[in-house]
Amino acid sequence: MLDIVSQVTLVTLGLALLIAFIRLVKGPTLPDRIVATDLFGVLVVGLIAVLAGWSGVRATLDAAIVIALVGFLGTIAYATYVERGDPQ
Amino acid sequence: MIDIMTAILWLAGSAFALLAAVGVLSMPDVFTRMQASTKASTLGLGCLLIGAALQMGDLASFIRAASIGAFVLLTTPVAGHVIARAAYFAEVPLWKGTVLDERKRDLVRDSRVPSSAQEAGDEPPTGDDQR
Repeated sequence: MLDIVSQVTLVTLGLALLIAFIRLVKGPTLPDRIVATDLFGVLVVGLIAVLAGWSGVRATLDAAIVIALVGFLGTIAYATYVERGDPQ
Repeated sequence: MIDIMTAILWLAGSAFALLAAVGVLSMPDVFTRMQASTKASTLGLGCLLIGAALQMGDLASFIRAASIGAFVLLTTPVAGHVIARAAYFAEVPLWKGTVLDERKRDLVRDSRVPSSAQEAGDEPPTGDDQR
């Protein structure tokens, strides 16, 4: 049962990633794209958590920690760039 | 039993993540989109991490999942504040149905008093009590 549930979860998270990617492409301003990128990081961390729970490999969670950290730093860097530059 | 709880938590977490993505796609404004995006990082990621920790059933992996959750819960408000501040100061247009803009109201109120005092010269201050 858990195999089917984890596959459904992974497909749903992939669909969420696709929808966030549409916002990343469409976004009229740069802060829209930053919000989409932030959502990307969170969704990828959740996807890796599901993969870790499914496969039982404990080292996969370390990758999730690293991705959460890098996503936060990237968001902060983009936001400071926007605050100094042109929003388009 | 643990499998059933994990299944429920994972399905709920992925549903929250999908709803957050749909909200980010369909909301009309940067700020409302941020409000939709936080659902994925609190409820969605929380459910997914608790499910993963239950499924692995190990103290080390539980500590790692808890540290990821604590980190994301701590950094999401900071990132949201920084994005909203940058978007506001970059003059990203607000949604046309916005009913309250306290920052703009404060800017108008604070800029009116000194400019009227400078222009009117020795006219007595009319508004707030200032010496």
